[in-house]
Amino acid sequence: MEIVSRPHGRNLVKWAADKPDVLVLSADLTGSCEADGFRDAYPRRFISCGIAEQNMLSVAGGLCREGFIPLVHTFAVFICRRAFDQVAMSVAYPNLPVKMFGFLPGITTPGGATHQAIDDVALMRSLPNMTVLETGDATEVESVLDLAYSIDGPVYVRMLRGDVPRLFPTDEPIRADHPRILSLGDEVTVFSSGICTEEVLRASAVLKARGVSITHVHISTLKPFASGLIDQAIRAGSRGIVTVENHLVDGGLGTAVASRCASTGVGRPLVRLGLQDTWSHGAGRAALMREHGFDAMALVNAVQDLIGANLSISLADLGAVRVEPVHSVAKAEAL
Amino acid sequence: MAGGWKVDVALLADRVRRAVLEHTLDNDGGYMSQACSSAELLATLYGRFMNIGMPDRPIEPRPWLGTPRHGNTEYRTGADFNGGVHDARDRFILSPTHYSLVLYALLVETGRMSPQGMKQFNRDGSSVEMIGAEHSPGMEVMTGSLGQGLAQAAGMALGRKLKGASGRVVVMMSDGEFQIGMTWESIQFMAHHHLDNMVVFVDVNGQQCDGAVDSVMRIDPIDVRIRSFGARAAVVDGHDPAAIMKAGSRAPDGRPLFVLAMTDPCRGLDLMRKNAPKLHYLRFRTPQEKAGYKAVLDAWPKRGS
Repeated sequence: MEIVSRPHGRNLVKWAADKPDVLVLSADLTGSCEADGFRDAYPRRFISCGIAEQNMLSVAGGLCREGFIPLVHTFAVFICRRAFDQVAMSVAYPNLPVKMFGFLPGITTPGGATHQAIDDVALMRSLPNMTVLETGDATEVESVLDLAYSIDGPVYVRMLRGDVPRLFPTDEPIRADHPRILSLGDEVTVFSSGICTEEVLRASAVLKARGVSITHVHISTLKPFASGLIDQAIRAGSRGIVTVENHLVDGGLGTAVASRCASTGVGRPLVRLGLQDTWSHGAGRAALMREHGFDAMALVNAVQDLIGANLSISLADLGAVRVEPVHSVAKAEAL
Repeated sequence: MAGGWKVDVALLADRVRRAVLEHTLDNDGGYMSQACSSAELLATLYGRFMNIGMPDRPIEPRPWLGTPRHGNTEYRTGADFNGGVHDARDRFILSPTHYSLVLYALLVETGRMSPQGMKQFNRDGSSVEMIGAEHSPGMEVMTGSLGQGLAQAAGMALGRKLKGASGRVVVMMSDGEFQIGMTWESIQFMAHHHLDNMVVFVDVNGQQCDGAVDSVMRIDPIDVRIRSFGARAAVVDGHDPAAIMKAGSRAPDGRPLFVLAMTDPCRGLDLMRKNAPKLHYLRFRTPQEKAGYKAVLDAWPKRGS
């Protein structure tokens, strides 16, 4: 699997070159959010806001009123928790094209509870007019700017930084409300988003080798959540459905899928993996995913429960899986 | 003409005060002290200070046409009451939207809104909302959550600097907003980015919802605090149009400019003084009390011609 170093940092500079209406706003986390290259390349279009996120979000709204497209860069917690009223009233209500890039989603940081955005998707999905995206690999990180820019309204993006794996081919960019169907099967359907998709690929490779028929859907648009492919995937899982998210299970992907299950009238068991109504703490990503039960082994256990079988899958089996880029097999009629 | 614009502005302020009193009597309550304190300030802004456009004729307020959202092509802000948005003209941001009633009265008295607009105040389905939203007459942004007006205006001012647009951003604030942490974030931002193309007028009436500002949470010395953040602050008599005009017209020097208009929340309506320190919203507790205010309205002196 290819690991791409700082895909956003490099892409942002190239992408913004021919877009004079694009500004970057930063709250003292410029290098940490890979906006330092933009700052150095286009100093006039880089707006330093200091550690003052409430002001930054309302300023972003004001800049839109004069025709600019502000790309707000900071850690997700500071957009969604500290400046929520400003996001709601200065940005979301007036439907302004502020693009918010929230870094360190979920437990991707060892920074502990203050830095872990485990509730950001719930908060942002609750706001009318808001589009909520989550990147899961380098291809999505590199293509999310085009998508966010094309949406006439506010967009919140859960962003990845640093060394990011490439799971999806570069010619399959992130698309609005377009799930990626990564595998097709008729027993269990798994929905995953963000960093969880790599874990699911690891687990599903072993599960499929043991004969379990799995539909795996990668979600990168958490709002709107209206694609017909979602309903078809829900129907495909005859034994049940599992959601895997780097977030509280209430208010995020698990809740969105539950809502769609209810709407479609499909009465299937739904297992939601993620943070179960709990705060987390400072530790490594792999350890926290294991502790909170949304890593590859947690998915194996959930699938085994749904199908009522013990497949004797070990950690060593999962560790031996080599995750390679996957082409989407999305075809509505193929489901 | 003897007196010139200063007389015109004083008369405009007097008409605004009277109109808000009339409205408060008609509706058994209203934001009266805000009119008493800010009448000269807002009249100076609209009558003299701001370079804004004028609608062709008094506009009949639109009904509420839904929220801004994809597909709502009917939606528009209330900026057209200020002549629309143009790079070469000023933009006006009313931050404390409990002053909306005062603004509406002013829009009527300046020929920007039809007099019938006042009848739609706080009616179901009307855009003439009690706490004005951005679709309300004379409004452009959402400012009812206090503290957000200044930062949105700062974003506009920065955008105008980047574009080279000559129009200023004129903001009216209330003194209570200086209790909000975000306000100081914004002043620091405005100073850091040299936003000298915005002028902020503050109605320092010393009043807020719970009572006197000094009893709720002290903000003085407000001028010293503002200056210490790198902005300019002028303290003026908020009932003196010439003083307001002079302070707001200082040549830009790289720093944002605040004009602190020291005002009397009972100016022109002495009867209200007995309500102090609860002046935020005028209610009539007895028919006799209401009759007293009615008598003041009936005896309102005829001023000007």
